[in-house]
Amino acid sequence: MNPFRFASAADVDTALATVASDRSAYYIAGGTNILDLMKDDVEAPQLLVDITGLPLRDIAVDASGVRLGALVTMAEAADAPAVKAAFPVVSQALLAGASPQLRNMATLGGNIMQRTRCAYFRDVSQPCNKRQPGMGCFAIDGQNRLHAVIGTSDHCICTHPSDFAVALLGVDASVRVRGTQGRRTIPLDRFYVLPGRSPNIENVLAWGDLIEGIDLPASAHARNSAYVKVRDRASYEFALVSAAAALEIAGGTIRTARVALGGVAPVPWRSREAEAALVGQAPSAATFAAAARAAATNMRGYGHNDFKITLAQRTVERVLQSVGGTA
Amino acid sequence: MHMRRLTRGKFLGHLTMAAAAVGFTGPRLFSAARAAAVSRASARGPEPVSISLTINGRQHTLALEPRVTLLDALRDRLGLTGTKKGCDQGTCGACTVLVNDRRVNACLTLAVMTQGKAITTIEGLAGADDQLHPVQAAFLEHDAFQCGYCTPGQIMSAVGLLAEKRPTDPTSIREWMSGNLCRCGAYPNIVAAVAAAAGARA
Repeated sequence: MNPFRFASAADVDTALATVASDRSAYYIAGGTNILDLMKDDVEAPQLLVDITGLPLRDIAVDASGVRLGALVTMAEAADAPAVKAAFPVVSQALLAGASPQLRNMATLGGNIMQRTRCAYFRDVSQPCNKRQPGMGCFAIDGQNRLHAVIGTSDHCICTHPSDFAVALLGVDASVRVRGTQGRRTIPLDRFYVLPGRSPNIENVLAWGDLIEGIDLPASAHARNSAYVKVRDRASYEFALVSAAAALEIAGGTIRTARVALGGVAPVPWRSREAEAALVGQAPSAATFAAAARAAATNMRGYGHNDFKITLAQRTVERVLQSVGGTA
Repeated sequence: MHMRRLTRGKFLGHLTMAAAAVGFTGPRLFSAARAAAVSRASARGPEPVSISLTINGRQHTLALEPRVTLLDALRDRLGLTGTKKGCDQGTCGACTVLVNDRRVNACLTLAVMTQGKAITTIEGLAGADDQLHPVQAAFLEHDAFQCGYCTPGQIMSAVGLLAEKRPTDPTSIREWMSGNLCRCGAYPNIVAAVAAAAGARA
């Protein structure tokens, strides 16, 4: 790990001013991702600004939903009764991620900012367009079993590692951000950007922007939601494929549907095709199979990861069955 | 050490003044010059800085670079080698310790960020009269290890599991102990030991 200077932020304004004006300065909270990347020399900040003393730890609950502070840990959010009751997909996804130790450390703000687990990205002896645009992507013709099958580009086929962010897409969550120009709220489905020609740009944040919290609006579909994660071992592993589903069913018809996938794309992937195949239909095995096929419409494998296209459809079907009353 | 404390006191004074100045002139002004001033005033390192850690109820004051992990501070600076370094990247759990009674990976924790918190390592589990902690006794009773390298982390994680009041049926124990790998494959006996400790506690 490179040597660095360290500062504890006394307030949000000071933290923001410090990092926004210094491209070599990073925030640190749980540290589980940034320290790992620093040990691998993928990142080498000259200044770490510790934000764990900032007042961003509250879980606020009212009739409109749940407001989660950015410094709430994964464990705290997963255990929160209001999250478990009104947003089961969120609690389930959090508990499906990492390990009990890491969930005690990692914060929600850091979770949605975590970097890909792509082995080429994390090995600085290999070229990577995300680390340094223009170097090339060795995953495209290399070991790509764990890589993406949708939303990719000729420059990057990595997957986004967060389970939590996939669940957030299922419940229409938004991110509260504080920047040098003030506060703004970004719906999660407009937070991430696809790699395109610039895989180094992963989201819409400006340098120094500080995530203050994540808002979960209460809804009928969020209350009837679930998460299914398929991985190489039973626990403590990133997803090969995961799926979040949230359905509002009334009068024998699906009124509202959210379907999102993890492990298949460079961003947490919302499948509007699957959602369109569900809305207005009766919940049935045939409906869910059609939605699963719709989710895979634009998927394309790179060789080792071809299996994900079938696996993704089965995972979507499984999670829809669990919230659609046909399991 | 006394000198260092004085320096730290002065430093804190500067920090407070800098923060107050920012507040007085208006927090919405984010000039680069002001930010640089704030950062110069409050940042420490990369050279060693004075850090005070509370480990197993004892206070230790050390000079450590900010980049030193809690794991390296425990093992290399304080001689508390019960906490093991396995992967050093948060994927094995051998370095598990408790910080404010919650289990964490010491390898992904900066020592400087654990000041003011209560750190418990495997060395701090036994009672004052060297009476083994119930989880330690259960691991012995159930032969819950082979080479033993992962054992301190397994035991600390089990203590955390019980403190968090997680379910203790065998399937749940496997899930809630999944952050601790055992390459010898002693899992059946580890699960039995944790279940026994949970039963003894209940």
